[in-house]
Amino acid sequence: MGARPRGDEGMSRVRREGAQAGDRSPAAEPYGGAVTAVAARPPVRGAAIGLLGQTLAVLERQLALYRRVWRGSAFSSLILPVLFLLSMGIGVGGYVGELEGVPYLQWIVPGLLSMSAFEIALVESTYPVMSDFKWTRAYHAIAVTPVGVAGILQGWLLYLILRVVFAVAVFLVVAAAFGGLVSAWAVVTPLVCLVLTVAVAAPVTALAAAVDNDSYFALLFRFAMVPSSLFSGVFFPVERLPAAAQAAARATPLWHAVELNRAATLGIPPAWPVAAHLAYLAVWGVAGCLLAAVVFRRRLYG
Amino acid sequence: MGYGRGVVGEQPLIYAEGLVKRFGDFVAVDGIDFQVRAGEAFGFLGPNGAGKSSTMRMIGCVSPPSGGVLRILGMDPVRQGAQIRARLGVCPQLDTLDQDLTVRENLITYARYFGIPRREARRRADALLEFVQLADRAGGKVEPLSGGMKRRLTIARALVNEPDIVLLDEPTTGLDPQARHLVWERLFQLKRQGTTLVLTTHYMDEAEQLCDRLVVMDGGRIVAEGSPRTLIETYCPAEVLELRFADGTPDEYADKLAGVGERLDPLPDRLLVYTGDGDAALAEVQRRGLIPSATLVRRATLEDVFLHLTGRTLVE
Repeated sequence: MGARPRGDEGMSRVRREGAQAGDRSPAAEPYGGAVTAVAARPPVRGAAIGLLGQTLAVLERQLALYRRVWRGSAFSSLILPVLFLLSMGIGVGGYVGELEGVPYLQWIVPGLLSMSAFEIALVESTYPVMSDFKWTRAYHAIAVTPVGVAGILQGWLLYLILRVVFAVAVFLVVAAAFGGLVSAWAVVTPLVCLVLTVAVAAPVTALAAAVDNDSYFALLFRFAMVPSSLFSGVFFPVERLPAAAQAAARATPLWHAVELNRAATLGIPPAWPVAAHLAYLAVWGVAGCLLAAVVFRRRLYG
Repeated sequence: MGYGRGVVGEQPLIYAEGLVKRFGDFVAVDGIDFQVRAGEAFGFLGPNGAGKSSTMRMIGCVSPPSGGVLRILGMDPVRQGAQIRARLGVCPQLDTLDQDLTVRENLITYARYFGIPRREARRRADALLEFVQLADRAGGKVEPLSGGMKRRLTIARALVNEPDIVLLDEPTTGLDPQARHLVWERLFQLKRQGTTLVLTTHYMDEAEQLCDRLVVMDGGRIVAEGSPRTLIETYCPAEVLELRFADGTPDEYADKLAGVGERLDPLPDRLLVYTGDGDAALAEVQRRGLIPSATLVRRATLEDVFLHLTGRTLVE
């Protein structure tokens, strides 16, 4: 996560300072350093918690919540992508025949897979994040515990990654059953989707934390999510687009994930070097995390 | 359960000197000094906007001071925020419970934020639900709970890390009288167990019931400090005679009653006569031929102290 918040040091630092407390000169302490006897007491009751523990604690809350609502999300994240696969891959594919030398079903599988990951990461980062600031105020509840912004964000992104990777795995099994996968490299697609998840979820989480009004989400869905899904090489090659639109399509995180996943499931090289695609996604992810950390810090510790 | 046990001696757990909180040009807390000692119930009493919540957020290490000195458990809230927060229990003014989780899950997930192992978290959750009398709701969701039950659950959640200090920001605001008494009763239990409580309130009865010591805040400043009893003794005579008149304004009657009692305070709807002896004052009112439509002799309260110090009532 890179952005370790100031003032939220882990417990290792804390113990060290606790040990030093007795060394402080009385002049530095407003009441003669007498309270250091209390401060130096080993932390027994609220046990020590490092960044990993913080991350897992936040993840646990998300999973406990997900256990209550998974049925509602199962259709959109698990069943809908499979319906797309049947309709586009087999239905439309039956008329299209081949594209770029492979059956349309095999060509579109990595696109639909990436689109599904993209949409889960984006949609789940909108209302749920806003809700935890505005309505449940769960982030405010966490902010008064030792868990800091880094732990909150890491736990949250880890939860989304698990959601996406599970959905992708279900999709891969169905795609394989219909002969949609060509190369054994298909096993790396969950990793590509993991990177895509962070590249999309981190900046959207930052946005959802920064805005006070859900009308921004309607704009995001209409002008970012839908155009990305339609024109980033999911259903047809971006080369069919006019030059300006091609540039825009290649600027989307989704296109890079589609290219990598298509290269993997078809066993062909992607448009750019693998490292270049990953680096582009990483820029979105890192920038999004830094932005989210700043916004969370401002809202929770202002 | 022994929350807050084992904290040594007479040293202040919270020390503030010249503490300031600014938001842009607005000064929410304007240089206040106070100390909270182990085992005491300390209150910030004041109207809305007095700076109580801003002070609580600084003590809770979620809002850095703009100036002055603040030490909590001997530590600096800016540099050692996480370490301090590990030893605080916070009951915020607005509910922050997870409505979709069960009552018990709310406590367990919260305990995990403090690094408490899952088995221990379950044990503490069950013990705390007994303590706040919600054991029978453990498996139910939070959403259908009444306001008082949610507040008690929030208090249980604030105790899950066995904190050295429990911060309660307006713990009974918005609750009906019966629910308030249940919350007070639990807080009183905590106090008896030696837990250090720091609370804000704009209810003087709450402050009188729960606080060993309190500061009265107004406009970001502390205007008085002491135990409820000493504050009343310092700023008010023992009794108050309340007079209502069917005709004429309390101001007019204040002129006619000059010299009765130690002090007269005409409010829009009634006239307060501060006096050592309410019955004698009432007799004097009648001797002057004035016939109030209603009279009440009562003991002076913190409300009177506040009125005297600021010229305003607490709850408007």
